[in-house]
Amino acid sequence: MTTYETVIGLEVHAQLSTRSKMFCGCPTTFGARPNTQTCPVCLGMPGVLPVVNRRAVEFGIRTALAFGCRVNDACRFARKHYYYPDMPKNYQISQYEEPLAEDGSLEVDVEGGARAIGIQRLHLEEDVGKLLHEGTLETAQASLVDFNRSGVALMETVSRPELSSPEEAAAYLRAFRAVVIFLGVCDGNMEEGSLRCDANISIRPRGSGALGTKVEIKNLNSFRNVQRALEFEERRQAQALDAGERIVQETRLWDADRGYTRSMRSKEFAHDYRYFPEPDLVPLRIDRRWVEEIRAALPELPRVWRQRAVAEYGLPPYDAEVLTQSRALVDYYEAALREWGPAPGARRERPKTLSNWIMSELLRVLPGDDERAISTSPIPPRHLVGLLQLIENATISGKIAKDVFQKMFVSGEDARTIVERDGLTQVADEGALVQVIDSVMAANPKAIEDYRRGKKEAKGALVGQVMKATRGKANPALVNRLLEDKLSQT
Amino acid sequence: MIDRKDVEHVARLTRLALTEAELERMREELNSILAHLDTLRAVSTEGIEPTSHAVDIVNVMREDEIAPCLPQASVLANAPDLSGEFFRVPRIIEE
Amino acid sequence: MHQPIHALTDAYRRGDLTPTAVAEDYLARISALDGKVGAYLTVVREQALAAARESELRWRAGTPRGPLDGAPVALKDVLCTAGVRTTAGSKMLERFVPPYDATTVERLRAAGAVVLGKTNMDEFAMGSSTEHSAFHPTRNPWDLARVPGGSSGGSAAAVAGGLAAGSYGSDTGGSIRQPAAFCGVVGMKPTYGRVSRYGLIALASSLDQIGPFAQDVTDTALLLAAVAGYDRRDATSIQAPVPDYAAELSKGVAGLTLGLPDEYFIDGMDPDVERAVRQAIEVLKGLGARIERVSLPTTQHSLAAYYVILPAEASSNLARYDGVKYGLRIAGRDLIEMQSRTRAAGFGAEVKRRIMLGTYALSAGYYDAYYGKAQSVRTLVRREFAAAFARVDLIVAPTTPNVAFKHGEKEDPLSMYLNDVFTIPGNLSGIPGVSVPCGFNASGLPIGLQMLGRPLDEARVLRAAYAYEQATTWRSRRPDLS
Repeated sequence: MTTYETVIGLEVHAQLSTRSKMFCGCPTTFGARPNTQTCPVCLGMPGVLPVVNRRAVEFGIRTALAFGCRVNDACRFARKHYYYPDMPKNYQISQYEEPLAEDGSLEVDVEGGARAIGIQRLHLEEDVGKLLHEGTLETAQASLVDFNRSGVALMETVSRPELSSPEEAAAYLRAFRAVVIFLGVCDGNMEEGSLRCDANISIRPRGSGALGTKVEIKNLNSFRNVQRALEFEERRQAQALDAGERIVQETRLWDADRGYTRSMRSKEFAHDYRYFPEPDLVPLRIDRRWVEEIRAALPELPRVWRQRAVAEYGLPPYDAEVLTQSRALVDYYEAALREWGPAPGARRERPKTLSNWIMSELLRVLPGDDERAISTSPIPPRHLVGLLQLIENATISGKIAKDVFQKMFVSGEDARTIVERDGLTQVADEGALVQVIDSVMAANPKAIEDYRRGKKEAKGALVGQVMKATRGKANPALVNRLLEDKLSQT
Repeated sequence: MIDRKDVEHVARLTRLALTEAELERMREELNSILAHLDTLRAVSTEGIEPTSHAVDIVNVMREDEIAPCLPQASVLANAPDLSGEFFRVPRIIEE
Repeated sequence: MHQPIHALTDAYRRGDLTPTAVAEDYLARISALDGKVGAYLTVVREQALAAARESELRWRAGTPRGPLDGAPVALKDVLCTAGVRTTAGSKMLERFVPPYDATTVERLRAAGAVVLGKTNMDEFAMGSSTEHSAFHPTRNPWDLARVPGGSSGGSAAAVAGGLAAGSYGSDTGGSIRQPAAFCGVVGMKPTYGRVSRYGLIALASSLDQIGPFAQDVTDTALLLAAVAGYDRRDATSIQAPVPDYAAELSKGVAGLTLGLPDEYFIDGMDPDVERAVRQAIEVLKGLGARIERVSLPTTQHSLAAYYVILPAEASSNLARYDGVKYGLRIAGRDLIEMQSRTRAAGFGAEVKRRIMLGTYALSAGYYDAYYGKAQSVRTLVRREFAAAFARVDLIVAPTTPNVAFKHGEKEDPLSMYLNDVFTIPGNLSGIPGVSVPCGFNASGLPIGLQMLGRPLDEARVLRAAYAYEQATTWRSRRPDLS
């Protein structure tokens, strides 16, 4: 029984969040009525010509720098020919021999630490339209085409075949997605197809130097599907090799419903794309100053921030992971932390408290990876800090604070306004509390009896009664102390 | 020399349905033209960069601005077959 | 009323003629005579008259838009005209109505020109005789048994036959200059990038240019200036300002050095052509030009390089015609069958031949030997012109090795390709070139003199052409179509 090792490379296509398409001025918004976001250029009508979208190039350079790629001094576009009805010109304008950038890497967290997975190249191209089948692809008598998506700017990155497991592949995609969202170049919305992935996978006997025959897997539209599909493929290829069969170099489609990959077309008769330099587009000579401007404006990348958060703020890695879902969320956290400021003694607690509140309360009502939702949050960072300050100085209890938070989210008001208007200030007046405690103790002789006999939980019940009587507004720590005093007196 | 199989392969690549007679004639004509084009081999182009553009322009780019789209009716007006708001094509059989 | 455009506008200014009367006249001539010539594929009578009426109002108000206001022109059916069928001479687009105007068309409308219709052409601009139009051949007004040249044969014949005052065509390997020579009119191909290609149905993207046909050089200058200039929808469009070509025409040729390329006077060329061209050179000498020999050795390989590059780029540009979004569709049981049958039915033999050739040249394993090689040979051609222009201001040569041949005479593709041997190098280098009438052969068939210039030096090319034209009277001779 041979043990095999797996070799995987991923090709990721990211839709760039430019306002207009790669080669024309049509809008790129998702969900419009079919064939309403098109023009003669992206429809491939006779006589039309493409013109490059500068922002797409900027986004490409930004991403290339984030991955540590070398941005080439010159790049050009090329025509890639094949026939498919979602591609109006029956060639795709892409980049071939002279891509925008090459030779970078992406750090991926895997079991046993982190690995840098090589990124071979990064280039720009145009997206194709959407194909719908009347029925399924196999049974349909006709297909329908919507060209709204045709021409949207795409950034393709090709990793080196350095991923060694389906799990690693999913982790790569996660890390990739986090980076592009962070950079603001792609919204990472996989349901809407903003990020698409094809994988190349081969297996070889452990220790063998040579690469096995690689199979391309398409239609991987979620992290889970990437992992499942590649796990299936690993098994399929291993079984085949064990049975003495040859692996056919081909393209296979992942069928998520049935849980298998099926053969699409044989890559042995590989597409002859007949690449040649795009004559309608002149070459790009990338100005070094432009690259440096883009580099200077790069945000701190998720990984780097996480490391710093753990080291400087003392956050657990899990928290750091959650907070780096989006650049807006990191910015939110940092703004709040800055607002709250350092405090004598409580320094180590504030970062964690803030993190807790964001994770458990804010992210319950807002999606953490939605840049716009976070940056337009009804509770801006300074309001959250205001609330946490009220807890810290015992104006309100933690429990009340959660209610206040809900109200802040709905009304957009700050904490103090709500607390004062609704009379939620914690009762910390000892005299008043003593009265309440006295009446609770008088009403619960059995609990006092239980406590004396050693049942410590009875005290909790009494605390609960006091809290209930004060409608939650009593300062719990104070109640505890006063009750303790009283109980020990009798 | 281009043979019959080459011609069939190229015709398939470029989606041209050629009859028997056309395939044969095409083979002859292409070979005759190619023989003439092969004379290019005699030209010494060592170290000569290929021309891809007849103009020395670089870096033509446009700003990321939205421009008006075609009304849907105009988009679909020339369509050979429609289904509602979609272009309709015969079923796709994977090769 | 068939006069040069500049004469027409003078008449409009004086009130001797009106744009509507002139338009009516041309439309009547088209009705009466185009049956014989076959220059037009589509005539837009109502649109033309409407434009003419609007022009007339402007002339009456004393506010004409410019030198083309009210000028009746025809457009090669390779230029997209919004709302007007544009066929590229092919069954594939027989019923295609573009929803947009080519930039050239937009500029012409803005200039107040009166578009009479769309002219016949070799299918997808592939050809040198207009015999490859899917619809009908066009006949040379000088001899209806002969071709007008191609691929812009309809536009050339329209001007020669008095069926338009001026017209536009496209030139990829000589498709303006060669029919201009065959039809005895002036035809110009500008510098690559001088005129926007947006809306020009593409043949070979790195070679195509739009240019004018005219009755004389003055009109040529006006027609070119109206459409030349930067267009941000064409990334290969040059940003240099457009000179007032007409204003510089009478500067003459004294002090200019003209180069005569050895390689353009070849064995087998028509002796009448050679004689006429050499006489023209004597005229130019008499006007004060200095003549020098130049050598362009790679000329002999230009044809081969062109016939690799063109089919390669054309096969790519024509891939979009497959019955999916517009144009012809022939039914099929599945997508591939539909596309294959559609393309087989929609394209003629010459187009198919070039598509096959081009696809082959780009296919795996052949790219370097063919396309790569041809583009390197092209670099040599460009360099040779550049070196020649370091010594001379203009290059003069025959436009074609022959005069208009009979319909059906050149059935062999290769022999047809040889028509373009003197014009192709100009496209490979992207330099401007004009063909002006320089005589007739014994049978009364026109002969053309070609002048080529440095990139963006149209002004000098036109002024030399003007000087020659004004020293001769070829333009006063007209074919008799009645």
